Amino acid sequence: MTLSALRVAIIVFPGSNCDRDMMVAIEQLTSRRPALVWHKEASLDPADLVIIPGGFSFGDYLRCGALAGRSPIMNAVLDHAARGGAVMGICNGFQVLTETGMVPGVLIRNAGLKFTCRNVRLQLCETLSSPFTAGLAMGEDLTIPVAHNEGNYFADDDELDRLEGNGQVAFRYVNGDAVGPANPNGASRDIAGVLSNNGRVLGMMPHPERAMSKLHGGTDGATFLLKSLEALVS
Amino acid sequence: MNAASDVMTFENAAAMGLSRDEWALINQRLGRTPNLCELGIFSAMWSEHCSYKSSKKWLKTLPIDGPQVIEGPGENAGAVDIGDGLAAIFKIESHNHPSFIEPYQGAATGVGGILRDVFTMGARPVALLNALRFGEASHVKTRHLVGGVVSGIGGYGNCIGIPTVGGEVNFDKSYNGNILVNAMAVGLANSDRIFRSAATGPGNPVIYVGAKTGRDGIHGATMASAEFSDETESKRPTVQVGDPFTGKLLMEACLELMASDSVLSIQDMGAAGLTSSSVEMASKGGLGMEIDLDLVPAREEDMSAYELMLSESQERMLMVLRPDATETARAIFNKWDLDFMPIGRVTETGRLILLKDGGTACDIPIGPLVDDAPEYDRPHGDAPVRVQLPSADIASDAPISTVLKSLLGDVNLASRRWIYEQYDSQVMADTVAGPGGDAALIRVHGSKRGLAMSTDCTPRYVEADPKTGGAQAVAEAYRNLSAIGATPLAITNNLNFGNPEKPEIMTQLVESVLGMGEAARHLDTPVVSGNVSLYNETDGKAIQPCPVIGMVGVIEDVDHAAGNRFVADGEDIFVVGQSDIVNDGWLGASVYQQLHGDQAIYAPPPVNLDAELKNGSFVREQILGGSISAAHDISDGGLAVAIAEMAIRSGFGADITVPQAGQLHGWAFGEDQARFVVTTANHSALISAAKDAGVEITKIGKVSASGELKFGASDAISVSELGVVFEATIPALMAG
Repeated sequence: MTLSALRVAIIVFPGSNCDRDMMVAIEQLTSRRPALVWHKEASLDPADLVIIPGGFSFGDYLRCGALAGRSPIMNAVLDHAARGGAVMGICNGFQVLTETGMVPGVLIRNAGLKFTCRNVRLQLCETLSSPFTAGLAMGEDLTIPVAHNEGNYFADDDELDRLEGNGQVAFRYVNGDAVGPANPNGASRDIAGVLSNNGRVLGMMPHPERAMSKLHGGTDGATFLLKSLEALVS
Repeated sequence: MNAASDVMTFENAAAMGLSRDEWALINQRLGRTPNLCELGIFSAMWSEHCSYKSSKKWLKTLPIDGPQVIEGPGENAGAVDIGDGLAAIFKIESHNHPSFIEPYQGAATGVGGILRDVFTMGARPVALLNALRFGEASHVKTRHLVGGVVSGIGGYGNCIGIPTVGGEVNFDKSYNGNILVNAMAVGLANSDRIFRSAATGPGNPVIYVGAKTGRDGIHGATMASAEFSDETESKRPTVQVGDPFTGKLLMEACLELMASDSVLSIQDMGAAGLTSSSVEMASKGGLGMEIDLDLVPAREEDMSAYELMLSESQERMLMVLRPDATETARAIFNKWDLDFMPIGRVTETGRLILLKDGGTACDIPIGPLVDDAPEYDRPHGDAPVRVQLPSADIASDAPISTVLKSLLGDVNLASRRWIYEQYDSQVMADTVAGPGGDAALIRVHGSKRGLAMSTDCTPRYVEADPKTGGAQAVAEAYRNLSAIGATPLAITNNLNFGNPEKPEIMTQLVESVLGMGEAARHLDTPVVSGNVSLYNETDGKAIQPCPVIGMVGVIEDVDHAAGNRFVADGEDIFVVGQSDIVNDGWLGASVYQQLHGDQAIYAPPPVNLDAELKNGSFVREQILGGSISAAHDISDGGLAVAIAEMAIRSGFGADITVPQAGQLHGWAFGEDQARFVVTTANHSALISAAKDAGVEITKIGKVSASGELKFGASDAISVSELGVVFEATIPALMAG
């Protein structure tokens, strides 16, 4: 299979606002436009990757991602994941994944109690086998922006130990400086992204679709997405 | 309650902010006494906010035409041609009074309102900016207001998914009791698909869409047209509550509907809600409108005609549709779970007729509401004459680096990172240069073309000399756009002043509008939209006048844009602009003067529009031609602050040659206008181009990898030390 044969579906909730950005990013890498799937749909055409994009689904007026997690389309996404299908949730999408239990843990209010939009440095962790980490070189840092108010990853110590032991922690925040501490939100053990226990579902706070070109100030998002897509092709 | 039976008196009118003459005029035009609902409608339409009655005479003197102008003032927003068949649609608007009373909601609804103005025209909003003024850092309310306003701006913009890419924030004690919150939105539309508000076709359905109407914000436009007093806090219920999620749904639904041929005219319900939208649509179409208020989707029970007409509930629109398009439109709004309700029709009567509970709640001619709105030529005089402050009178012999450190830590010059990191500046993934640059730059989606924008005003200059200050705001915006390589196209303005019934305030308004007009004409940046906010006073004390300019320009290829940070070791640093200021750099009305605690008001730096045009064009052309690698305009804090900012943002140092003789502080911190700091890897090309263009340039040093900023042989400071000071001030202020 080639990259252009890859079928990517992006779920759109009312209040999603990074759906177009992700569509453009994927199309840039695969030359094929992903399908945008409205949340009221009850079924999902076969897909090699389902992406839940960033934004403020349902305004985030209730717990972030709580209402979106109960939209009709999510049953189809859960089925897709249960069959071993790949799912990526970015930012609000990560919150939807934790709300539906597709990845462990919860995302609570940033420790600084403020929305934060800036670049962070991510370190790839040693993980279980996963298309989202397979192509990346260990020790390589990625610079990718975050933009969120509730990105503070939380789980109790036993759970965190278990996740680390299983290789389910995909990315950590690292290498801060005076104006930008490494961890932008107080996340437990600096966790920026986690995997499901089969490695097929990834939730992460940073926005790779915003680091796709020199004009964005960096291409590490493109590197990450491309490696993931290539792993899904092979 | 049957509003029609209420008989109003002058006391009722006065309570709504109407004068005795205006009350008499209403009675005369109606040939009878208005009822409560009718009086409310008159008072809203004739409020300063909606009628521009004190400023109209002077706004008419501003230039509004040019080949680039597609839509000038008068619609929901202005529109300019940016090439490729596209239009940039933009406007700035104030939400000062609500933001002081309830900072989060006031600021959030300010953003929501200006976004609606832009997407009402058929444009997808692509960028937000703002201009904020707070009281002095030590004032007891400042922290609370800064925190609330910033979080409110972010709360709306971040949620609806439009990047906040730029703005300006200043602190001055004159804003202690009356902050300024001005929000600007910029959108993109196809030039031939712009929607306007004039109602057409008698008999066509009038449709209400969006959120339901509640009792919030009733008579907000009138509140915004009165001075503040100690009792203002009691007006909290007149502040609207924003719902960015519904705003997002409304935006998507409207843009989806506008892609079809269904919409004949559309107007957002902003200030004065259903009143101003219905009256303006009917008035612009030369028609009438009949509305059945019982059909208006209401959030609360038993709302009176008066309440329904004067509510400023957010996220609502009024549209006139093609009669055969109603079902198509209804399906789109159903998809987005929004109310969609035909509530009336366009008529030929020229009257606004409102039905309620089986009776007529209002029946008034539209003409007087708009055309007969009062227009005042308020008394004004000559601006005070200010003397020039000789730089020798204030300059000390402290090392430049010592003063520079204090200036960079001053609340008015320090880094705004704490503020702008709370704004999503990157959503839509087209931001090329977000907050922190001279101008913000976004890519036109799917192309190489870029839109550049900036908001600017220096109130202390306007206070000292309103005409110069009005011109300076335009000139500084022009410089900011030029410094990234963009060609300025047009402006929107937000005139924030005190009580225009006081001649000294009216003088400020008149003079600064004249200065602004002169600059806009000279720099070919006509005014296409704007907003006026008067009565910015508390207990009789006016704010420093603040006529904000929002400018939009274009660059053909975003790859050619320059930034305001040093880019390479060894590059030459030049000053573009007047170089013979070694002995008398302009310290009057400067930040340097403020830092010295000198409260006297001196003449601000003069504005030379020929020099602005020539130097700005030169910098732009040399950026696009590749001879300038980075550029930064020289403004607050002067040359040394501009150099320090370029160093801090890059991590590079610089070796600067200081004049052998003369007044060093005037040279380093003077705020003489029409100047830039630029860097080049090709100094001979730059020098020869400057000679050809007749532009003064002076080499002042070199970029270095030393990490130190050196002024001459013996004065040096580490860039990282300056960076720490620059970054620490606002976080420290907000930590309390």
